[in-house]
Amino acid sequence: MASISPYGKRFISYLRREQIRRLLSTRYRVDGRGPEQVRDVEIKVGVVKTADGSAEVRLGRTHVVAGVKVGLGQPFPDTPDEGVLVVSAEVLPHASPYTEVGPPDESAIELARVVDRGIRHCRYVDFKKLTVESGKAYVLWVDLYVINDDGNLVDTANLAAVAALRNTQLPAVVKDETGIKLDRNNKSPLPVETAKAPVAASVGKIGSVLFLDPTFEEELSLEGRITFTFSEDKIVALQKSAGHFTQAELETALDLAWKGKERFASALKEVLG
Amino acid sequence: MYFVTPRQLIFPGDVVATADSKVEGPVYLDNGRYRSLVVGLVEFRDDGVVIVPLEGVYRPKKGDLVVGYVTDVLATGWEVDLRSFMPAYLPVSEALHKHVDLETTPLTTFLNIGDVVVAKVKDVDLTDEYPIILTLKEERVGKVESGTVVEIAPVKVPRVIGKKGSMLNTLMELGCDIVVGQNGRVWARCKDPRDEVFLASLIKKIEVESHVMGLTDRVKAEIENYKKTKQQAAV
Amino acid sequence: MKKSPVPLLQNGLRADGRAPDQMREINIAVGVVSNADGSAMVSYGLTTAVAAVYGPREAHPRHLALPDRGIMRVRYHMAPFSTKDERKSPTPSRREIEISKVLREALEPAVVLEQYPRSRIDVFIEILQADGSTRVASLTAASLALADAGIYMRDLVVGVSVGLVENTVVLDLNGLEDQYGEGDLPVGYMPNLKRFTLLQLDGAWSREKFLEAIGLAVKGAEYVYQKARDALKNRYMSIAEEIHGR
Repeated sequence: MASISPYGKRFISYLRREQIRRLLSTRYRVDGRGPEQVRDVEIKVGVVKTADGSAEVRLGRTHVVAGVKVGLGQPFPDTPDEGVLVVSAEVLPHASPYTEVGPPDESAIELARVVDRGIRHCRYVDFKKLTVESGKAYVLWVDLYVINDDGNLVDTANLAAVAALRNTQLPAVVKDETGIKLDRNNKSPLPVETAKAPVAASVGKIGSVLFLDPTFEEELSLEGRITFTFSEDKIVALQKSAGHFTQAELETALDLAWKGKERFASALKEVLG
Repeated sequence: MYFVTPRQLIFPGDVVATADSKVEGPVYLDNGRYRSLVVGLVEFRDDGVVIVPLEGVYRPKKGDLVVGYVTDVLATGWEVDLRSFMPAYLPVSEALHKHVDLETTPLTTFLNIGDVVVAKVKDVDLTDEYPIILTLKEERVGKVESGTVVEIAPVKVPRVIGKKGSMLNTLMELGCDIVVGQNGRVWARCKDPRDEVFLASLIKKIEVESHVMGLTDRVKAEIENYKKTKQQAAV
Repeated sequence: MKKSPVPLLQNGLRADGRAPDQMREINIAVGVVSNADGSAMVSYGLTTAVAAVYGPREAHPRHLALPDRGIMRVRYHMAPFSTKDERKSPTPSRREIEISKVLREALEPAVVLEQYPRSRIDVFIEILQADGSTRVASLTAASLALADAGIYMRDLVVGVSVGLVENTVVLDLNGLEDQYGEGDLPVGYMPNLKRFTLLQLDGAWSREKFLEAIGLAVKGAEYVYQKARDALKNRYMSIAEEIHGR
């Protein structure tokens, strides 16, 4: 196992890369957006009937489905009084001509872990309310499925995870001769505090221009990429991936990400209430 | 304007001079200033400042004299290892003086895997599959049949040669044949095999103490000492 | 939030007696793995990382190579005996996979990969002892190992962590603070070019505390950078001193 520099499978022509850069320096993007604009967001919940909670998000042409399955298990040893959250992500071979068949690669693992960090610390889900008797707890399995990758998977996946959790119904816990188990005929909504929903906003950098919500092509030309996840007025997760940032650029990116967050949060509010 | 002092140790990112100054060696321009790319020593020469790296891989240049190991026999030539990150190729046409019929004579007759060659770098083209092309069609190059090869860091090669060849001349007082390859391999052949062992230790000493003053004199003294001890033992 | 077994902050001092803006004892040695092209060992308190660099070497298989630049391969791994309580399974965890990626992306902006077409530079980092801030100690070790190998770099990259403990911004989290504190912010910084190449965060930070933490991280990085320079100097100057006498 090791992390290897991307070795050029994803191709973008020099001409296209230069076009993107030139346009950006005039604060204009290839799809007509300005640097502070995000693409149209479409959020639907309850799309997978077999899941305990689900949601589907489209950000432009990027398409992610999140499914939640509730289980019973052991709490983590250092948080014996809390329920368990497990977030996984898969970028399906469907998602782009470049995605390989196989177990989640480092990008998918990173995606899952960033979304996980955002949810874990913000009290959107109160994990303390998810313990059950005899030392067991509810386990929330959140699976993120990327169906189409047109850039900015993390903001999209994060919205899908948040909406899916809001949509989740917790099966009641029943006791019988074999022990405790879940009864899916008797469900109640997973308690979430909508005001605290974690929302991620990614910022890309090309030249000296910082911009929100990069598309797939813009991602191939990035010289820097950073994602801020907010809950209310706090930063609950941060991940810089490619490139480098000066202190001044960080502050600009933070303010820009905040603007992006506001737009995503209002789209979320419309659907979730 | 220079921001460094003679014989100063410099690190990656350190500012060397403003863009209008004369600076040689591994540096880059950032906002109108030269910055070092390596850990190195700053040397002030008549025509400007030179950054001498203290470590680094061999970077082949056209015309370099090198000592290589044959690592593969291919259809029309040999692959040669030069301790660089790029493979080197010695085409048959550059190895032999007379025409050879490749149908009947296998290439291994001339050079086989494991052979040692002293060669010249004929061409370097980073876009080629074999970026380095070697030639044996020069004076004092060719297959090496005996002797020893000492490996040193390529950045220390100039020290083994010395200013105007002063260190190499000092080493020659041992009476051995010595070829210093730019790729950090020194080939030597002495009449007495024990001299080869002593020479190897001297070369290693030069490598370790390369940046310390008075090295050439110390090496000279060691050689004198060695010759004296040998003479006494013979008596 | 989990409750710490000991108070993390009392009378302005942390559980191990440090002030909020104080780093643990730093030990740096360069050139510790003789077979490697470059290497370094870095300790922040008990956290110890060893980095070894092999390269640049020919990239194999050839189809993974890029014609105009080198590629990097970075592996961050924790030794099974490095963690405090349970043995850690040697199988790479998702955390190690993410950190390997994060470290690679923290080093790539500093390395002039265009100088090494069709080659690969391998960076292997092993954590021998873990007591918080392992990824940033690894970053410092990796960057020194690259410099020790003579690989062209625009700047060194120095790693430090900052955190939130009892609502106070602190520098260089140890294991206890990492586990029980309210926030953790690992940072990688190029001291000459003044650019951040590693930045992550978890916890809940206000904008003010975040910016304060960034400022403290820069100060911490500059302190570690001086230690790194001293270690590099020692590597080369000690021989001169030996010859000419003190």
